[in-house]
Amino acid sequence: MKILKLVFKNAFRHKLRTFLTIFGIAIAVIAFGLLRTVVTAWYVGVEGSQADRLVTRHAVSFIFPLPYSYLDKINNVEGVKEVTFLNWFGGIYIDKNNFFARFAADAETILEVYPEWSLTEKEKEDFKKERNACIVGIEIAKTYGFKIGDVITLEGDIYPGRWDFVVRGIYEPKYETTDATAMVFHWDFINERMKEESPERANDIGWFAIRIDNPDDAAKVSSQVDALFENSTAETKTETERAFQQGFIAASSAIIEGMNAISFIIVGIIMLVLGNTMIMAARERTREYAVFKTLGFSGSHLVGLIMGESLVISALGGGLGLALTYPIVAFFESVIPKGWFPIFQIEPITLILAISAIIIIGLASSIFPIQRALSTKIVDGFRFVG
Amino acid sequence: MSELIQVKNLSKSYWRDSFEIPVLSNINLAVNEGDFLALMGPSGSGKTTLLNLIAGIDKPTQGDVIVNGTDISKLGESSLAKWRSSNVGFVFQFYNLIKVLTAYENVELPLLLTKLNKDERKKHVETALSIVGLADRMHHYPKQLSGGQEQRVAIARAIVTDPLILVADEPTGDLDRHSAEEILTLMERLNTEFKKTIIMVTHDPHAADRAKTKHHLDKGELILEQV
Repeated sequence: MKILKLVFKNAFRHKLRTFLTIFGIAIAVIAFGLLRTVVTAWYVGVEGSQADRLVTRHAVSFIFPLPYSYLDKINNVEGVKEVTFLNWFGGIYIDKNNFFARFAADAETILEVYPEWSLTEKEKEDFKKERNACIVGIEIAKTYGFKIGDVITLEGDIYPGRWDFVVRGIYEPKYETTDATAMVFHWDFINERMKEESPERANDIGWFAIRIDNPDDAAKVSSQVDALFENSTAETKTETERAFQQGFIAASSAIIEGMNAISFIIVGIIMLVLGNTMIMAARERTREYAVFKTLGFSGSHLVGLIMGESLVISALGGGLGLALTYPIVAFFESVIPKGWFPIFQIEPITLILAISAIIIIGLASSIFPIQRALSTKIVDGFRFVG
Repeated sequence: MSELIQVKNLSKSYWRDSFEIPVLSNINLAVNEGDFLALMGPSGSGKTTLLNLIAGIDKPTQGDVIVNGTDISKLGESSLAKWRSSNVGFVFQFYNLIKVLTAYENVELPLLLTKLNKDERKKHVETALSIVGLADRMHHYPKQLSGGQEQRVAIARAIVTDPLILVADEPTGDLDRHSAEEILTLMERLNTEFKKTIIMVTHDPHAADRAKTKHHLDKGELILEQV
C-alpha cells in the first residue's frame, strides 16, 4: 500500500462528485482551448508578418486606391529591395459562402516579395507568362479540389463580370503561420478590362508591399516613402507588415480581447469548481486527518494527500479536456468556411497555457483544505461532526 | 515494576470565546509498566482529556507527562508526532478505520512511517491480524466487517508497530455485549501475554473490571483509586 494509492482511492471516494468535477474541468478546458484557438487564429496574419516587409497604403484608409505610378518612385527609395502591389478582388466562387482571399497582384514581383509561398520553378514561370493564370494555396486546393490546369471562374462584385482563371501553381506555406488559403492572379489582366469597361478605375492598385534590405531601416524607409507623396491627392501611410495586419484586425479587437478575457475567466471558474470539491472532501475527512496525525503522519504527509488528490482530479479533467479539444477544434475547422481562418489549429502556446492552468488549478484548489487540515487540532478533529 | 508513565501536577483548560473551562486540575498519576489501567468517570469528568494528554495528542495547560523518561509535554508538534508513531497505539470508540482501505491496508498504515520494506511490513501486518483473529479477513473493507471485527482491526493497527503503550477510549462503547467481551478478552491477552501497558477509558464498570487498576475522575480530579 502506498500513499499514492491512497491519493487515488480518496479521489474516487465519491465517484459521482469526482466524475462531475472531472467533466466540469474537461468542458472548461475545451472552452479555453477553443477560445484560445480562435484568438490565435485571428492573429495568425500578424504572426505571419515578415520583419523585412513594409506595406504602403492610402493615408486615409486602405480601402482607397493608390495610383500605379507610385511604383517607380518607391522602387527608387534607398533601402528598398523589391516592390510589388496587390488589389483586393473579392468576387464569388460558385457560392458566396465559399470564402477565400483573392488578390490581383503584380505577377512579376509578387513571388519575390512573398517568398514564403513555395512553388516550383515551372509553376512560377507558367504563372508569369499566362495573362489569366493564377496560383492558389494548398489548403483551398484541397478544399475545392483545384488541380493544375483547372479553370476557376469567379463572379466579380468589386470588379463586375465573369472572370476565368487557370490554375498554374499550387503554393505550399514555407512557415506554419503562412496563409495557404489565398488565390493570386495578374493585376494586368484585371486592369486591361478596367481600361475598357471602367476607365476611371484603371491603373488603381490597393497597396504596395515592399521588401527592404535591412529590417532595422523600416522606420527610415517608411518615412522616406511617405515623404514622396506628401501633399499629393493620395498621401500614403507606410508601416511594417505587422502593424498593417494589426490595424486590419483592430476593428475586431474588442471582441477578440473579450474572448481572450473569457478564456482566462474560465480558468478561474474551474478553480472554484475544483476548490469546492476539495473543500467538501477535506471537511468530510476531518476525522480521518485527525487519525492520520494521531498515527504519527506529519503535516507534509497530509499536504501530499490533499494536494495529490487535487492534482489527480485536475489532471484527469484537464487531460480529458485536452484530448477532446483536438477533435472538437478539427470539427470546427471543418464546418467554418475555408478562408475565414487561414490557420485554425491548437497552437503550442495554447497547450502550454492549458497545462499550466491545470497544474496551477490543482495546486491552488488544495490550499484552503490543506490549511484547514493542518490547523485543526487532533482533539478537535475527533470531535468534528461533518 | 517500574513506573512507565508519570503524570505530575497536570492541569488542562479549554477556552470557549473568553471563558476558561477547566477540565483537569492538578492530576498526579503513575502507571507501571505492564499495567492495565481503567479510567472511569461520568461524562465530562475529563477522562478522555487525560488519556489524550498521556498519549501526546493534546498539550497540557500546566504540568508534565513523562513517558519512559521522555517529558512529552515539552515536545514540539513534529517530534510529538514521531514519538506517537513509535510509542503509542490508539484504539477509538468508533474504530476510525480508513473506509477506502482494506483491513490489511489499514493495519499497514502506521508501518508506512517506518523503514520496513514491503515484505517486512507484510509479515508485521499478518502477525497483528493473526493476533486479533482476523487473518482471513485481511482483504475486506471496513464496511464488509462487523463492529467487533472493525474494532479488532483497529487493535491490530494499534499493536502493529509494537508500541510501548496502548490507549483505548471507550473501546467497547459502540459494541454489543458479545463483541465487547471479545474485545476486552483480546485486550487482557495483549496485557498478560504480550506485556502491553494499557490505559483504557470507559464508563462501563463491567469493562473496567477487566483492568488491573481503576482510577475514577470526577470534575477533573482523581478522586479514588481501586486496585
